[in-house]
Formats: sequence, structure tokens, C-alpha cells
Amino acid sequence: MSKKLVNAIADMKEEEALNIAKKMVEDGSDPTAIVDAAREAMDIVGQRYEKGEYFLPELMLAGEMMAQITEMIKPELAKMPEVKRFGKVLIGTVEGDIHDIGKNIVTFMLDVNGFEVLDLGVDVPPQKFVETIKKFKPQVIALSGFLTLAFDAMKETVGAIEAAGLRDDVQIMVGGGQVNEEISKYAGADAYGKDAMAGVTLAKKWTGAK
Amino acid sequence: MEKQQSPEEKQEALWEGVLAPKGPDGDPLPFQSPEAEKAFKERILRFKDAIQMKKLPDRVPVTIFPSMFPWLNAGMTVEEAMYDYGKCAEAFKKFVKDFDIDVHWGAAAPGPGKFFEIMDYKLYSWPGHGVAPEHVYQCNEGEYMTADEYDALIQDPSGYFSNVYLPRVFGSLDGFAMLPFLPGILEMYGVAFNFIPFGLPPVQNTYKKLFEAGGEALKWAGAVGGADGELATLGYPNILGGFTKAPFDVIGDTLRGTKGVMLDIYRQPDKLLEAMDAITPLMINMGVGASTMTGNPLIFVPLHKGADGFLSDEQFKKFYWPTLEKVLLGLIEGGCVPLPAAEGGYSTRLEVVQDLPKGKTLWMIDLTDMADVKATLGVNACLLGNVPSALLNLGTPQEVEDYVKKVIDEAGTDGGLIVCNGAFFDQAKPENVKAMVDTTKEYGVYK
Repeated sequence: MSKKLVNAIADMKEEEALNIAKKMVEDGSDPTAIVDAAREAMDIVGQRYEKGEYFLPELMLAGEMMAQITEMIKPELAKMPEVKRFGKVLIGTVEGDIHDIGKNIVTFMLDVNGFEVLDLGVDVPPQKFVETIKKFKPQVIALSGFLTLAFDAMKETVGAIEAAGLRDDVQIMVGGGQVNEEISKYAGADAYGKDAMAGVTLAKKWTGAK
Repeated sequence: MEKQQSPEEKQEALWEGVLAPKGPDGDPLPFQSPEAEKAFKERILRFKDAIQMKKLPDRVPVTIFPSMFPWLNAGMTVEEAMYDYGKCAEAFKKFVKDFDIDVHWGAAAPGPGKFFEIMDYKLYSWPGHGVAPEHVYQCNEGEYMTADEYDALIQDPSGYFSNVYLPRVFGSLDGFAMLPFLPGILEMYGVAFNFIPFGLPPVQNTYKKLFEAGGEALKWAGAVGGADGELATLGYPNILGGFTKAPFDVIGDTLRGTKGVMLDIYRQPDKLLEAMDAITPLMINMGVGASTMTGNPLIFVPLHKGADGFLSDEQFKKFYWPTLEKVLLGLIEGGCVPLPAAEGGYSTRLEVVQDLPKGKTLWMIDLTDMADVKATLGVNACLLGNVPSALLNLGTPQEVEDYVKKVIDEAGTDGGLIVCNGAFFDQAKPENVKAMVDTTKEYGVYK
């Protein structure tokens, strides 16, 4: 059953996946098995995306399937043990910019690659990053931006993290739209990630995850 | 019966029209000097020759296709540019003159802030309404068309827009939800029932708002149109005729939203395809109609959700390209020059899009390697681009000069190139933007 569920999700067969999951719940399967299968499937989806076999439609459909399955076993979910994560990433689109497609892909890929990701959404003021770093204690900060205004907003965000004395605790990556290596240097970030895979590679390198 | 004009004849007629501009009174536009008139015509022909790829222009043409740069560079906020139409027009005129570009694209980018307020536009956030005064307006993505509304859109696109979609994106059009079904107005018996909605307060309020909004739009159009006219008398043409969109982006950008359209590829692919087919002729008419109205040949087609990374090759070929190709060919058929802007990267799409008729399209290139584009799409199409925003923002004039020379060497030695920024930018160093223009003028001369 769980193998079938893995394949149905990974192969984008939404109806089949939901039916199998529903049947497993009804048959009294261990919710851990369902969650594990879904996670395994997400892992495959992530790998296929990395290989250039999957694109936005598949990431979005996979996310939808995951959400629906999670909803089915919600009552059981709270009792389950936390999964081991490689590290924590704080992500957001910088102040003034409300674009989120790229950021959402990076969030998805970091998540399926085993990171605990906190997404602050769009138009995030520098102080919001600073406050959240203090509470969430991430090793990695990912700043996203699509418009040219994001160049300065990234610089201001890194500056605010520095001013709060937190710069040495985190590694900062930037990406999105017209951002490149030069913008990373200008902003005072540690690296530029060309795409979601580059972001995952950076996060793994910085947190020592394999 | 009048003989039908061929697409070539239609396009030639449009070019002849832009070469002989008329003033508001319908008389020939009075140029401010013989030099201005000469420069005006030279600039248009330089563009035309580059686009048509039949003969070399005197040099590589150069333009700037900015977002809010002209106004930010003038020390204004975006908010001022949106709300003070006179200042908006003045700053734009100064921008065109200062940077001395071959053609400009008009001062319409900021749009009338007051108009958006009157209409209670919900689709965008703009200065004072969700974004800071100095920042550009941005789209609020959402599912403005729900997943179960495809049939309504397919059967009656205009009715769906007027009664369902527009009231969702413009708060002031809520009365439109009550409008009668117009194709049902057929015979005398019972015809008056159809007009009852116009007697009801919500519909009447919507029309009151529309009168007000229309007046505001007219006021704004007078200012930006005036700038166009004055720039023409000084020798600076605007040959932008209007815009249209790829049917996939029509659905994906502002109707279903990114997530909606991507899920529909799996959940209801046939409906999505059918809906794109239904709106394809409308998108052609939109572009050809705008070109006829303005008398300008270029129709801008911003491309969004078909870029590298969004869709697989198969999905691009099945969902994105077929209806976009029909739109581009339909525009060409109507005498227009489509100007698709390949925003983001387009490396994986070049082979699919390259077989368009030669000399009929102008492609704005953003992050795609220009040498690659030249070898594929650029064989048949003129390219516009592709100086990066990051370089204009943080580079030095020397770096911009080097980049422009590289673009000309890679993509412009045998025509078919217009140098321009690659993406729509707000912030940039003016000396870098100037270096882009000056380098093209010096280095881009054909000998």
C-alpha cells in the first residue's frame, strides 16, 4: 500500500494517491506509514525537479497532494515525533517586493531536502528578519527579490542583521529575478543562488548536511 | 469590392503612417526644425530596417524600455509620477531628450493613480495603496477566476469578463454583476425587462464611477499623449501600437493565477486548452485593433509563464506555444510587428519558437545568451536587448560599454539587432544607461 502511495504521488496521479491514502486511513494504517510514504514521494519529486524532469506544475500539484493527505491524518499528526532536520532556513521576499513564485519554489526544495524552513512571506521589513532570527535561530537566511528595488532592500536587510550583531551567526544567500553575483556582493550576502537547486546546495554546504 | 490588402501592404501602410505623423487637428505634425523632421524619419527607418532584416540600417538602433526609471531618475517618487500627470509627462520628455534614444515607448507606464482609486482596483498594489511611495506597483496574484468557471469563460468571454471577472478586480464595477445577458435582447416583447438593472442603485452607482473614471483616464491620456506629440515634433518617435498577451499568460497571470493554471495542466487540461483557443482570436483582435487605433505597428507581448523553469518542454509545446504562435501570426497577418518580451531565461524555448516568418517580429531578450539567441531565433527575428538590470544598477560605464560591444559583436554584425535593456528596470545609474546609448551609437555603425 505505502509503495503504491509513493508512486502515485511521485507520478502525479492525484486521484489515485488520495484514494490510496483514504483507504489506508480507513483500514487503520499507522499514520506514520502514510506520512513516511508522502515524504518519500516528495523526495522523489524534488529529485525529478533537480534533474529537469519536473517543473512548476508538478511542484504545485505535489504540494497540493501533500496538503490534502496531511489534512486526512491531522488528528494523528500532532502525536507523531518530529522528523530530524538538517538545519534551519529563514526565507522571505525583501521589503517593497511582493513577488513570491521563486521564493516558494526554493522553500519547497529546501523542505523536501530536509531543512526546517520558516517562510516570512513577501514585503518583509529588515527588522522582521532580525526579530525572527533571534527567536527561530536559523543557520541560513535566504533573501528573495524580483524587482530592481530589491537590490537595496537586500543590502538594508543584511545591514540590519549586522547591526543587530547577528551577522556572524548566519549565512545569507540571495536570489530571484535580476539578482546575480554582483548583487550578492553589493548586498553583503555570502552567496548568490541561481535557482532552487543552487539554494539547496548552498544550504547543505553551510549546515554540513550531506 | 475593395481589394484586400496583404499583410505586407498593411504593415507598409502603418510604417508610412508613422513616417508622416499628424497633429491633433489632423494636419501634418509641425516639426520644430528641419533637423528634427530628418532625425524623426531616420530613427523610424533605422528601426524598420533592423526589424525587417532586408537591408542594413545605418547603425544599430538603440532604445531604453524602462519601468519607472525615467521618473525615479528625475528625483520623483513613483507616487508623484502616478498622481501628477503634468509632472509625469515633463519628466518623461526630459528623459527621452537627455538620453537621446532612437525611439521611445511613451509615458504611460506609471498610469493614472486617481483612476485606480476611483475604480478601486484590487488586482494591483500601488504607492499609497499597499506599496511605498518610491516603489513600483505590483500585481496581487490570486485566483480571480475559480477552477469551475472555465465553461463560462469559454462560452462567452466578454460576458464572463463583464459580469464575473471585472467586478472581482475592480471594486467599483460591482454593479456589473447585475448586467443583463446582452445576446438575449432580441425582440420587442419583454425587451424592457433586460433594462431593469440599469434602474437599480448598484448599477447606477457603477456607471457614476465609470463616468468619473473615464474623465480621469482622459485627463491622464491628454498629458501622456501630449508628451508623445511634443517629442515627435522634436524628432523622437513612439512606434508602440498597443499590447496583447499569450493566451496561457492571460489565464495564468490574472485569471487563475500561477498556482491555478499550473494545477489545471493536470486537473483539467482540456478545459485549459479550450479556453486558450477561445481567447486566441480575442488576443489577436486586441493587438490589431490597438495598432489600427494608434496607427503604430509594434504590439508588445510580455511573456511570463513559458520561460525556462516554469514548464517542461512538452508542456511548453502543448500548453504555451500553440496559441502564442497563433497570436503572433495573427498579429503579423493584421500588419503588425509583434514584440514578444522573453522575460527571464528562454534558452530551452529557442528551438521551438524560432520558425517564425523572417523579418516580421522583434524579440526582447532578457537573461538568455545573445549568441545562442542569434544562432536560432535571431536568424529570422530582430532582437532587442539585453543589457542586464544588475549591470545598469551596479556596474560602471566601462563595464556597460564592454557589454554593449559584446552584444553587438555577437548579435548585431549583420543587422537584426536593437540595443536595449533586457528587463524592465526602475533603479539604475544614469551614467550607465547613457553609456548603453552612447556605445551603441559609436560602436554600432555599419560600414
